[in-house]
Amino acid sequence: MAGAEATPAVSFIEVSRRFGDVRAVDNVSFDIADGEFFSMLGPSGSGKTTCLRLIAGFEQPSSGHIKVHGVNVEGVPPYERDVNTVFQDYALFPHMSVGENVEYGLMIRKVPKAERRSRAADMLKLVKLDGMYARKPSQLSGGQRQRVALARALINRPRVLLLDEPLGALDLKLRESMQNELKAIQRQVGITFIYVTHDQGEALSMSDRLAVFNHGRIEQIGTPSEVYDHPASQFVAGFVGQTNLVDGYLGQRLGGFPGLYAIRPERIRILPPDGEVPMGMATIDGRVDSITYLGATSRVEVEVEEGRLTVIEQNLEGGTAAAGRDTGANVRLIIERRHIQPVTESQ
Amino acid sequence: MRSNVKAGWGLKGAALAGMLFLHIPLLIILLYAFSIEEKSFVFPIPGFTTKWFAVAFEREDVRRALGLSIKVAAIATAMALVLGTLAAAAVWRSRFFGREAISLLLILPIALPGIITGIALRSAIGIAEIPFSTWTLVLGHATFCIVVVYNNVLARFRRTNRALIEASMDLGANGFQTLRYVVLPNIATALLAGGMLAFALSFDEVIVTTFTAGQQSTLPIWMLSELIRPRQRPVTNVVAVFVIAVTFVPIVLAFYLTRDTHDVAGSVK
Repeated sequence: MAGAEATPAVSFIEVSRRFGDVRAVDNVSFDIADGEFFSMLGPSGSGKTTCLRLIAGFEQPSSGHIKVHGVNVEGVPPYERDVNTVFQDYALFPHMSVGENVEYGLMIRKVPKAERRSRAADMLKLVKLDGMYARKPSQLSGGQRQRVALARALINRPRVLLLDEPLGALDLKLRESMQNELKAIQRQVGITFIYVTHDQGEALSMSDRLAVFNHGRIEQIGTPSEVYDHPASQFVAGFVGQTNLVDGYLGQRLGGFPGLYAIRPERIRILPPDGEVPMGMATIDGRVDSITYLGATSRVEVEVEEGRLTVIEQNLEGGTAAAGRDTGANVRLIIERRHIQPVTESQ
Repeated sequence: MRSNVKAGWGLKGAALAGMLFLHIPLLIILLYAFSIEEKSFVFPIPGFTTKWFAVAFEREDVRRALGLSIKVAAIATAMALVLGTLAAAAVWRSRFFGREAISLLLILPIALPGIITGIALRSAIGIAEIPFSTWTLVLGHATFCIVVVYNNVLARFRRTNRALIEASMDLGANGFQTLRYVVLPNIATALLAGGMLAFALSFDEVIVTTFTAGQQSTLPIWMLSELIRPRQRPVTNVVAVFVIAVTFVPIVLAFYLTRDTHDVAGSVK
């Protein structure tokens, strides 16, 4: 690594964590930059939560090294790490008030009571819970508990904040507004956020970068647009967003070489059967099999030679290209070649 | 679910009869504590007096038996609180080889007839040539006191979010601080309830006591021996009233303290 570069907030160097025969984390290496909003995305059991617990210190690596701000954290217990966690089910202390929960870390570090109080008040203001100091966690809604958990972690001014599916238990509307709020708070406090989620929409909308986990390994790391537009593997293409996976005859026809390709449904355009194909575009003729109206978009299933492709069209004013065409109509599909993404096969 | 169906007169009557059957004997004991007749139980009592209370508290054997009972119950309860809580924490927090077996072995003293526990301890004490003392009694009582604490605390642990301990550690608290600020406050009422039940069980235990006491008399043993001698009979009743009070208060308290927790396995012997 070049000396001019800042020390990463968190580094994984060939880290594995085995539980018996199961490799929960399998030889994983990555760096997370200071101040970054980094997401670990993957299905349940993919190793993302284990990675988080390795950083927090609740698990120890079976092999490899983990560094937090350049310091090897092997054998350092959770209470000596400059890292705090927002737990999936919040894990608020039920016998303490909201304020006592928020102050817990300061109380343990013997910060004087007056300072504790004022910092807790500031934190509660930050998460929009002013005046809730004396409430018990059981008197709060799910969204409010989530905020208390966030305040309880942030009050310690950690250098890295770990969030374990913090919005998983909230309903959709609340989740969306909390996503914006979390992102705003992260910008405000400037702390590295490491965010574990299985929700690809969440990961894409909030992260500076994300890592896609599968079977204990990282399939791809990149910015949301890199991961979405240039999925490295079949798994990433399928897990992050919808995709058409083509191989065999259709793969060769569209990609130019035999292989496996991923094509995002919204990258395919529908033309009339005799439509002119612009230069440099791949094309294939087909027949509309079904049209599903989805509000802002419509999903069009098109049967082509040796396969079928899903197309997502914007429902623009004045109708769509598919509008007016019925099931069974002949169409011509065109795709820019750069959107036909070769991907590696996944297990 | 509570049903809104009203109980019929037959059921009410049967319930009342059951309650009377259970509790009239207690009233009889209470009544004869005030009788002037000291050799036999005659009804109605020939006269009312409170002198037996004074007599009972002046008798050296009563005081000694009472003292021993309180001492044994207190020590056995203290031991049970520590060991039962540790065992419950181990069974709750970790998975290890033989966990189920240990769980079963812990509960065994309360599931087995007391006489088996008694004989087993008696033989063990005999083989090891340990002289009978307060400590052999404490040992015998601790076997079932631990179960009560263990069951109460384990039930509380099972309803406690494990992540609380991780959250506390994550926020900078070491093991001892986590125990003090998070674990103990969360199991405090379970400890209180379990401890009081354990104390009450130990205080009136007869069977295991008989086998581990040697020549010593705890209060229940003293009462049994006293029934054979027809001298100052109401003194026994006075002591019985005292035992009812000592046993009743903690059990009622324990009941109220754990009322909000529906699955406390109190499993009274």
